[in-house]
Amino acid sequence: MIIGLGHYLSVAAIVFTLGVLGIFLNRKNVIIILMSIELILLSVNINLVAFSTFLGDIVGQVYALIVLTVAAAESAIGLAILVAYFRNRGSIAVEDIDLLKG
Amino acid sequence: MYEAIVLLPLLGAVIAGIVCLVGARNRFPGEDPPPPANDHAAPPVSEHHPRAAPVPHAEHAAFANTHVATEHAPSAAGSLLAELTTSTFLVISCVLSWFALFDVGFAGHEARVLMFSFVSFADLHSEWMLRIDALTAVMLVVVTTISSLVHIYSIGYMEDDPYKPRFFSYLSFFTFAMLMLVTADNLVQLFFGWEGVGLASYLLIGFWYHKPEANAAAIKAFIVNRVGDFGFSLGIFAVFYLTGAVDFDTIFAQAPALAGKSFHFLSWNVDALTAVCLLLFMGAMGKSAQFLLHTWLPDAMEGPTPVSALIHAATMVTAGVFMVARLSPLFSLSPGASGFVTFIGATTAMFAATIGLVQNDIKRIIAYSTCSQLGYMFVAMGVGAYSVGMFHLFTHAFFKALLFLGSGSVIIAMHHEQDTRKMGGLWRKLPFTYATMVIGTLALTGFPFTAGYFSKDAIIESALVSEGSMASYGFAMTLGAAALTAFYSWRLIFKTFHGEPHDREHYEAAHETAKTMLVPLGILAFGSIAAGYPALAFFTGHGASEFFRQALTLGPAEKLFESAENLPLVLSMLPTVMMIGGFLVAYQFYIRRPDIPEALARDQNLLYRFLLNKWYFDEIYDFLLVRPALWLGRLFWKGGDGFIIDGFGPDGVSARVLDVTRNVIRLQTGYLYHYAFAMLIGVAAAITWFMFAGPH
Repeated sequence: MIIGLGHYLSVAAIVFTLGVLGIFLNRKNVIIILMSIELILLSVNINLVAFSTFLGDIVGQVYALIVLTVAAAESAIGLAILVAYFRNRGSIAVEDIDLLKG
Repeated sequence: MYEAIVLLPLLGAVIAGIVCLVGARNRFPGEDPPPPANDHAAPPVSEHHPRAAPVPHAEHAAFANTHVATEHAPSAAGSLLAELTTSTFLVISCVLSWFALFDVGFAGHEARVLMFSFVSFADLHSEWMLRIDALTAVMLVVVTTISSLVHIYSIGYMEDDPYKPRFFSYLSFFTFAMLMLVTADNLVQLFFGWEGVGLASYLLIGFWYHKPEANAAAIKAFIVNRVGDFGFSLGIFAVFYLTGAVDFDTIFAQAPALAGKSFHFLSWNVDALTAVCLLLFMGAMGKSAQFLLHTWLPDAMEGPTPVSALIHAATMVTAGVFMVARLSPLFSLSPGASGFVTFIGATTAMFAATIGLVQNDIKRIIAYSTCSQLGYMFVAMGVGAYSVGMFHLFTHAFFKALLFLGSGSVIIAMHHEQDTRKMGGLWRKLPFTYATMVIGTLALTGFPFTAGYFSKDAIIESALVSEGSMASYGFAMTLGAAALTAFYSWRLIFKTFHGEPHDREHYEAAHETAKTMLVPLGILAFGSIAAGYPALAFFTGHGASEFFRQALTLGPAEKLFESAENLPLVLSMLPTVMMIGGFLVAYQFYIRRPDIPEALARDQNLLYRFLLNKWYFDEIYDFLLVRPALWLGRLFWKGGDGFIIDGFGPDGVSARVLDVTRNVIRLQTGYLYHYAFAMLIGVAAAITWFMFAGPH
């Protein structure tokens, strides 16, 4: 079986869907939301790398590396916010985090 | 001089008003005066009064409280200044008025004094002009004499009241408005004075505004008068429509040409002159408390007694009579309207007298007597004997003011007790008041050679010889009422001054009142005896047309006077016989056999209750008018305003907006994943749109 572009895109789509569902169906832990965001970013990276390889354009892989960097920074910030939040409120359960409203 | 007569009372009112305002400011600097301690909640609607009950205990209790409360309150600053200024101005005005009477009536110097232009718009021109002729001069004398005496009397009567400046300001303002009314040269000016006295009456009835009864009575008087004024203003509009003018000279000049004209109104053809006269007379009925619009007058007795004497007996209520006399050129051209005037007058004379028979409140008896005597005056007006009506107005002012001021003296002596059943035997304690009250009663009942004798007999004789449509009815009613008048007047005297005292405590404490109250009584008593005979020659017979000249229409009256002079002695003695009969019955009932009235009241319980409750007029009006009006008002308030306008208008719109926002708020949960979901849906929608319908 030749593994073609379609397979790569399918994997990326599955990972993306898992990430989205992880955000919505998760009712317990904020860290899982962060992980789900990482999954979504990874699926995008898979797409970028797959298209780069199949189109013979190296720019896609360079861009994937930039996305990885941004994702790492974003996770660091996200985790830092979580720690600060836990110190303030004593809980990071998703149900308790509902201050984001008027 | 005439300006001074009219404007001095206004000046007095303004000065007293300023004193009153300054005093109020000093007493309560920088705030509104607090309500009196025994302040009641909103005044009850007048029809709920326990007035029909035999002894209105609650009323007296409330009054006693008020009195105690006011006794300790200090008089307002400047009371003396206000009293002296207003009284002095009134006395000056009174002296000038008597001078004017001689100058105008006997020397024939009629005058028109133009003051300024009042209204000038399109065809409507109304000058502020004082019209001084014999009719006005008579009214000037009546108004200023009674008013100045009442001012002097009030200095004594209101001694304990802390709000004297306000009282005197109102009194003087009333006098000014009344003088404005009687000196009017056109209908607009007349209407100004007319409403001015209505306002003054409202203010003075409600003078003790912390008494709910007084407030209710004031409102009732104002509203009942509005009914009459509605007709009166329609009458003025109709006159203006027909003649294009409101000043009397033009109207009277055009009046003969109006006879036979007719209005076309809703497929009716109404005789124009009759319609105008009936509408104008409706105003007179309201102001003069005639049958059907009389209900406010007895309730008006809630005001201080000097007010009752001045406004509700001697002057303001005669405004209607004066108006008919002033417009006699119109009324004399309309036999239909004149018949109606006679009918209403005669009915009132009889009707009020029957109620007066059984009342127990001393002021109320006199109030119904006033109602009845005003009926007499209208009978005279209706049969065309305008000068005779004015004659009775003139004499009645003296003895009715006397009776009211005398009863005020009794009330003060009895410490604000007004129920005649608690009086009795007072003649030993109040000899002077007793003597003057008896003189007033003699005059009222028409004892020979007192003032009332001449005028009342003249009215009854005029009704007898007149050929008007209602004249014989008027004759029968006035003759019958003469007997009833004698009965209830003597009943009042006997129950108050004779017999055994019914309330020892009050009786022991009773004492003759201050000099300022007794002097006016003496002057009025003199007037009640002497005002009749000298005036007789000018108000009846040939003297009348020489005295009044153009002021009254006396064409038909000349014939009446002639036939009245030729009446057989038996007929002209009839009123006196009726008077003696009434006196004898009262004497039998209340002096010789005091048990008879009670037995009679028990035997004829139905009739007694019917009379005691004033023919149930208040109850009928309550059922027919007040309740439907309240019901309609509530319907418009709850249904029209509350449900429809508010429901679908401002309140409805704001409620719908609130509903929407309440739902929108629920979208904003604060949960992160909800927001993320919304973002995703948005992104998906945007992509979908981009893919299938995007910009190709």
